[in-house]
Amino acid sequence: MSPPPAQEPLERRAIISGIGQSDVGRRLGRSDLDLTIEAAMAAIADAGLSRDDIDGISTYPGMGAGTAGFGGPTTPDVQDAMGLSLNWHDGGGEGPAQMRAVMAAALAVAAGLARHVLVYRTVTEGSAQGTGGRQGIGVSSGGGGMPRFGGFMQWSLPFGAASAANWLAMVAQRRMHEFGLTREQMGQIALNARRNAALNPKAVYRAPMSMDDYLAARMITTPLCLFDCDAPCDGSTAVIVSHRDVVGDLDHPAVGINALGTALRGRPSWDQFDDMTSMAARDAAASMWERTELTPADVDTAQLYDGFSILTIVWLEALGFCGRGESGPFIEGGAAIARDGVLPLNTAGGQLSGGRLHGFSLIHEACVQLRGEGGERQVVRPGGRAPEVAAVANGGGPIAGTMLLTRGVG
Amino acid sequence: MVANGPMMRLLPRLSEDVAFYWTSGADGVLRLLHCNACGFFIHPPGPVCPRCLSRDVAPKAVSGHGHVETFTVNHQQWIPGSDSYVIAWVSIDEQPSVRLTTNLVDVEPDDVYVGMPVHVVFEHVDDVWLPLFTPEGVS
Repeated sequence: MSPPPAQEPLERRAIISGIGQSDVGRRLGRSDLDLTIEAAMAAIADAGLSRDDIDGISTYPGMGAGTAGFGGPTTPDVQDAMGLSLNWHDGGGEGPAQMRAVMAAALAVAAGLARHVLVYRTVTEGSAQGTGGRQGIGVSSGGGGMPRFGGFMQWSLPFGAASAANWLAMVAQRRMHEFGLTREQMGQIALNARRNAALNPKAVYRAPMSMDDYLAARMITTPLCLFDCDAPCDGSTAVIVSHRDVVGDLDHPAVGINALGTALRGRPSWDQFDDMTSMAARDAAASMWERTELTPADVDTAQLYDGFSILTIVWLEALGFCGRGESGPFIEGGAAIARDGVLPLNTAGGQLSGGRLHGFSLIHEACVQLRGEGGERQVVRPGGRAPEVAAVANGGGPIAGTMLLTRGVG
Repeated sequence: MVANGPMMRLLPRLSEDVAFYWTSGADGVLRLLHCNACGFFIHPPGPVCPRCLSRDVAPKAVSGHGHVETFTVNHQQWIPGSDSYVIAWVSIDEQPSVRLTTNLVDVEPDDVYVGMPVHVVFEHVDDVWLPLFTPEGVS
């Protein structure tokens, strides 16, 4: 234990009272709003609430963001569809990665602006991309004259660096240079995800995968192969963020929000960030540990963003589960990150095998594990103890957020 | 040999803050925005120096020499019809904290390494001169 923070972090006034998830699949052929309503209704029911109890709403990334199928419905879409009467509403894509929507909700609840906030993240990238595969950012806007680019994409698109895959491949290459990271080590993130996905009925890829399969996969952008990149899918995840004084009303353990990690102390840029091996995860993680008496050794399970396998590797170090540069040896062989390892990781298959639900499936799984509802994939700690503390991380590169969740409130 | 870049160059808008940068190669010289008050190179360019907050900033020529900080060989067809090409982050020798995302040209991917010394060459497309880099010793 570290010394407690001087002042109680106000996010501790909030809990996650309910969770819900729609069907998840590669291509469901359903609208983003339809999937969102399914997840939202499930989460509201799980929290023991009714529609009329919901007085706040929050999402990532909000209106008009990203490539096809990326954004999901806006908060006005969902508010109107569900007939919600709200005291607080928020949606946006800037902030500590996808979980910024949960963070905003927790702070709204702590401030008394709302009491029960519906937070959701919905993607239909699987259907939107069809069989054409993943698009580069901005590349699809061609046709009818050549578009010109401003903003941050102007610095990379002219050189065909059109995806986070390219930028993170360079992070991986730099880690190979500085720390001796190997492809076989990186592959353990993908293999671990696939093993866990086999026990998650909603995961999009559940067939066994071997190291030979991993190493034989086609290269996307060296050293990242197909299995280092997550799988576009359709699905929606929702959580209800409530004030902690409703804990006694729940029929399941509340999930406490112990600390948020929100910092961005380096430059907000892929290519200008001071340290090419860590980036914003370093800052977000440091700021989280500054807000809690808990330490990395207290964490029973980690749900760390794996839009690309290299991001998980970065988060392992940023959060202090191993030393700087030591994540390769830490994950070597995969035992440490298995469900019965020292740090059970991405226990529902993450995004690599679970599907690219964009941060929120990791939040959802942390809650499932802390509530002891993991079924076949439930983590049991040494001595038969259920998990009490979960670390969740979203994003990476120049956009990162992390939080520490607990079973019950302290 | 791999390609020098994607099959089609998606080009930047020549807006006020950045036009000098994207056209600097017309005379074969790379220029970065420079703070006349504290000597800091500002990249990407902006209306103020982020180190000292001076607004006395102007483009300044640099040598065009740099080093490969990291790289990747792209195989994915983000831009249909492209052959494989090398993307790199290259640091500028005058101020290595400035890194340019770029393509490495006239080099075999297997010969590229972190720390490789390189120098700028320009690819002229429409009204833009894209700064690309090639190993020292290649003209």
